[in-house]
Amino acid sequence: MTTAFLTDSTLCIGCKACEVACKEWNGVEEDGLNWTGFSYDNTGAVGHSTWRHVKFVEHTPEPGFGGNAGELNSWNFSSDVCKHCENAGCLEACPTGAIVRTEFGGVFVQPDVCNGCAYCVVSCPFGVVQRNPDDGRAFKCTFCYDRQKAGLVPACAKACPTESIQFGDISHLQNKAKERVEQLHSRGMNDANLYDSSHTSVGGTHAMFIVRGDPRSYNLPPNPQIPTIYAKKAWTSSAIGAAMLLGGTLIAFLAEGRSA
Amino acid sequence: MSEARIPPLPGNRTPDADSERKLFEIRRQAESKGKVNGQGIYPAGAPFPIASPETGYYGIPMLKQPAWTWEIPLYFFIGGASGAASVIAAIANYTGADPKLIKHARWIAAAGSTVLSPALLIMDLGKPSRFLNMLRVFKPQSPMSVGVWTLVGFSGGAAAAAFADFMRERFGPSLPISIMEQAGQAASLLFGLPFSNYTGVLIGATSIPVWNENVGELPIHFGMSGLSAAVGILELMGHEKSRALQMLGLGAATFECWEGWRIETRPSTGVNPLKKGPSGAIVRTGGVLSGPLPLALRILSLVGGKKRSRKLRHFAAMSAVAGSLLTRIGWIYAGHQSAKDWRAPLEIPHPREE
Repeated sequence: MTTAFLTDSTLCIGCKACEVACKEWNGVEEDGLNWTGFSYDNTGAVGHSTWRHVKFVEHTPEPGFGGNAGELNSWNFSSDVCKHCENAGCLEACPTGAIVRTEFGGVFVQPDVCNGCAYCVVSCPFGVVQRNPDDGRAFKCTFCYDRQKAGLVPACAKACPTESIQFGDISHLQNKAKERVEQLHSRGMNDANLYDSSHTSVGGTHAMFIVRGDPRSYNLPPNPQIPTIYAKKAWTSSAIGAAMLLGGTLIAFLAEGRSA
Repeated sequence: MSEARIPPLPGNRTPDADSERKLFEIRRQAESKGKVNGQGIYPAGAPFPIASPETGYYGIPMLKQPAWTWEIPLYFFIGGASGAASVIAAIANYTGADPKLIKHARWIAAAGSTVLSPALLIMDLGKPSRFLNMLRVFKPQSPMSVGVWTLVGFSGGAAAAAFADFMRERFGPSLPISIMEQAGQAASLLFGLPFSNYTGVLIGATSIPVWNENVGELPIHFGMSGLSAAVGILELMGHEKSRALQMLGLGAATFECWEGWRIETRPSTGVNPLKKGPSGAIVRTGGVLSGPLPLALRILSLVGGKKRSRKLRHFAAMSAVAGSLLTRIGWIYAGHQSAKDWRAPLEIPHPREE
């Protein structure tokens, strides 16, 4: 079965149970008790020690939805996670074969194979995977591969009290997401939309997000690209460079030999 | 021109009509608009900034910065120089050039590929055993994997060629030594060509905007930078008279001039890290030391006395080596700056520059 996450920001209450459950199950280290100073989001972004991260997106006051008073900003929370791309930049870039696609369709970094080259870090179009400076290896969401193998749902989805994080068969969740967006529109929440990257070279993801307004305010890029699309141009340039080096050296030494 | 106003020290200012009027104005602005336009602060949207399509997610960068530290740009520099040196050694041998030049070039290639490059890579990985994980698989779609296997093939060939030189000097020419020399030389030429510039592919085919925007030129640029470094090192080893090296140095410096011109005249904001801030300063310094300066010195060395010519080529060589190293440091650093640019991946236009 190919599985997926559907994260619905209209249901999220920002409790961070998913972050806690993820750390609890996976034994992820604490990521520093720091204040970011820009919002109530003091985690900032997903990283090597944060595999689920609740974004606190503040909009202008919007009375009527969520019971906001007119003078207070309205809030949207959205639990971010590794997107588990259909065409994964990290997986293609990994030189050791540590990053694999699991039987559930997720992208998994095998920690016993990862050698810490950090090439996946610059190859992820979503800025998810990160090298742990103490350990030296790269870490990210495992899609709870271990729990999925045991027939269980990932820890974050299990702990979510509002079913903002849903987990299940990907085609089922895709339909559900469409229905949910239509339902929200019919209730007057016209800015609700499903973040979709299937039109890009990433080819869709195994983590879907229903957000309100422009996905860019959730740090979701409009056109994420898998870096392998640059490979052809890069290797062509490499071949030209090699030809220039070889040709130039030949000309230089042949000219020298003739004049000598 | 009015008199320059010296701001009074905090706690030492005397209130006057102007100061009180200003405070009253701020109060009125706050009352009527809910926000105040002032200098030095950005209080709009208080109490917290608001996430919006214009500001992204509070301007927090989405992309992660490269995790590489100083080892990697140094590896790029050594890889480029040793790759180009192996090509010089092989072609010099095939065309019957000075044997001492061939020997030195072989030693640069061997030292760079068998000792320095693996050492730097292992330092970056943290543990020697981790390097072996690279050799589990060969993945043509991963430039890192292709590069590591190129390094393996290259270091084997370069080591064999250099070792053959050593054996022949010690024990005289013989058939096995000559076979080893020829095979090693062929392998180091074959693998040295891609090894000299694959690092451009490595960083070009990534999600970092400033790198992938220049993916079409980066490998050529790095290859030519490696060539100018190899030529410079050989000249500093006492080959300032070689006309072939002079020609190669002139060619590489000319290309680097063109590359610098290309970067500087590009209007895209994506190349800003190559022009602005500390990374821009390093790239520009590296560019001047790789391109115009050695080119001018080399042209000057073509005229005038032998002693002066040697001295000028000596300076050109030093400049080119330093420029090549700074170029790699600058490009990696520019990648860090580019990853911090939160606007680029969200396709938010940069504010118009003043």
